[in-house]
Amino acid sequence: MILRELSNAIGVSSDEGAVRQLILDAIRDTVDDIRIDALGNVLGVRRGTGQVDLRVMAAAHMDEVGMMVFGYDGDGGIRFRAVGGLDARILPGTRVLVGPDRIPGIIQWVPVHLNADTKTVPIERLRIDIGAANREAAQSATEPGDLIAFDSQFTELGPTVRGKALDDRAGCASLIALVQGEPFPFDLHVAFTVQEEVGLRGARVAANAIRPDVAFVLETTACHDLPEDPDEPDQTTITQLGGGPAITVADRSMISDPRLVRHLVRVGEAEGIPHQFRSPQHAGGTDAGAIHRSRAGVPSVVVANPCRYIHGPHSIMSLSDFENQSRLLRAAWMALAPSVLER
Amino acid sequence: MPLDLKAHIKHLSGLAAPSGYEEAARDAIREAWAGLADTFEVDGLGNLIATKTGSGPEPRRKVMLCAHMDEIGLIVAEIRDGFIRAAMLGGIDSRVLLSQPVLVHGRRALPGVFGAAPPHMSRRRTEYPTLDDLWIDVGLPGEDVAELVRVGDAITFDAPAIELKGDRLAGKSFDNRVSVAAITVCLEELAARQHAWDVVAVASVQEEVGSHGAITAAYKVQPDIAIAIDGNFAAQAGANDDETFKLGDGPVLGRGPNFHPQLFKHAREVAKAQEFKHHIEALPANSGTDAWLIQVSREGVPSLLISIPMRNMHTPVEVIDVRDVRRAGRWMAALIAGLGPDFLDTIAWPETLSEEGES
Repeated sequence: MILRELSNAIGVSSDEGAVRQLILDAIRDTVDDIRIDALGNVLGVRRGTGQVDLRVMAAAHMDEVGMMVFGYDGDGGIRFRAVGGLDARILPGTRVLVGPDRIPGIIQWVPVHLNADTKTVPIERLRIDIGAANREAAQSATEPGDLIAFDSQFTELGPTVRGKALDDRAGCASLIALVQGEPFPFDLHVAFTVQEEVGLRGARVAANAIRPDVAFVLETTACHDLPEDPDEPDQTTITQLGGGPAITVADRSMISDPRLVRHLVRVGEAEGIPHQFRSPQHAGGTDAGAIHRSRAGVPSVVVANPCRYIHGPHSIMSLSDFENQSRLLRAAWMALAPSVLER
Repeated sequence: MPLDLKAHIKHLSGLAAPSGYEEAARDAIREAWAGLADTFEVDGLGNLIATKTGSGPEPRRKVMLCAHMDEIGLIVAEIRDGFIRAAMLGGIDSRVLLSQPVLVHGRRALPGVFGAAPPHMSRRRTEYPTLDDLWIDVGLPGEDVAELVRVGDAITFDAPAIELKGDRLAGKSFDNRVSVAAITVCLEELAARQHAWDVVAVASVQEEVGSHGAITAAYKVQPDIAIAIDGNFAAQAGANDDETFKLGDGPVLGRGPNFHPQLFKHAREVAKAQEFKHHIEALPANSGTDAWLIQVSREGVPSLLISIPMRNMHTPVEVIDVRDVRRAGRWMAALIAGLGPDFLDTIAWPETLSEEGES
């Protein structure tokens, strides 16, 4: 399962090389004009049958959240900062891999017997232990700017899978499956993007290069459908695991083009493909936020896999949602015509 | 074949055996000690009691080594819609649980994780959740979980030990499997040395919930002297210096009312004579270990505590230095090999019973 390799591959924002290689290996037989642009995006074209005259862009981001080496303590402890959105509360007691040599380390926590912290210990006060006996040993093994990834392994749990970076390696895997299948009525311009987690950087230049008429972003989004929290009874779950891929109508970064939302829903209903809407109540943005306002504007929409515990080492996703993400997009693209975008 | 101590510690660390559910540890430790002790017994609470017979004439004196084999863990308290709410077995710190992987020991071991809301939506990021706020997710539909999991099933950290740089390891349950490993080292050393006394090695149960095992083990063994071996706090960022000991600089000998003063002096002299690196820890009252209960077993037992520094105690990433474990084992072996038939006379209270005193 390529999803396993993609999830296990390490690719914190700006260090997407291992993911890029897996993707290049997977798409080079069916995708033309493959290139790696100045920022590291993988761009290419899946040739279509030519029946529909639209420049269609499909994007999924390769990078994952992580951390970065920032400094050292005298006892060899490594100070670090977040790369992308991290909740500092998930970090104590977590295993990590530091730097290009993937040095195993752990995030320290003062024992419960000696620890009176009641407020969240900010990331600035947390330390990574790689076993360095002192500052010099830590400095000789790593250097400031080294990226740090969660150390966790992809696991199949049955109807679900668990692993790091399913946001958005699952979207990458779906896009790979889509370009490996039958051609579409139009040329599909694919972009596997870098640096989404630090501000949608890769998608911005990819959109400028592709100049699409319409864009689809394949994402993996938040889901928190746990038993109700009595302190926050009105808390939205954002999505429901197993409810099908989630169509974004709006998030912090963009408003999806309603014509594309309608098209996806119509096709999903006609074909009996499960789907749901991502609640617009909560924060979060995607590459569509950069793509939709590139050049003179691009009608855009997001289709995302619901996934619990994203931006952590052990996120959980439903395999049926994942399979339906590519099914829904394949059906929608087969039915896509300029009329969908008529005003 | 000489003991591969790192591999031995990693093996013991990986066993799932929280307080009250120690079977896996008991079986593995019995296997590890099989060639090193002469007899094995299991008492009513589940303590493993291994005896290595001494060479002295009968009736022989007995030294008891006691390391608890249980680990902190959790049990299933409630199941709702396939999600599992847990209760503590021992001193779990709920501040490290968000996003931690666990094994739920139902009809089969199910990989689970403590669910953490993504940063996009968690509103209360300034405070840590309590255990009641948390749910374990095993990624299965509610019907499957209801079939596979019952209230009371044990839950342990899913945290295989890893090697850090130098001689350090990180993993769960080093508190207190490293002390079990120190006993293994001691028994190995004694295999090649004469010792007059019987050595009774105990892997005790239920220390983390109140040293229940040590009470019954000490009663059954009736030792003449006892050494408890447990984890201690290693120096680390954010912990105060007085209560912590530098990792890799040797095990720790406890000093205070929990320990027999003459026996303490003797143990320190053995360490000095053998040039074993060690620390001394001031413990003004309860040591918080099995030693506290062993000392007051039956009519009283002269007791010691040797402890092994570790960082991040009671988390899935406890960090130890293997050298400290080896030193603790060798120290105990040196002490035991030096116990002659009349050793108890040498630690007798110095005060005299007769009015004139004796010269």
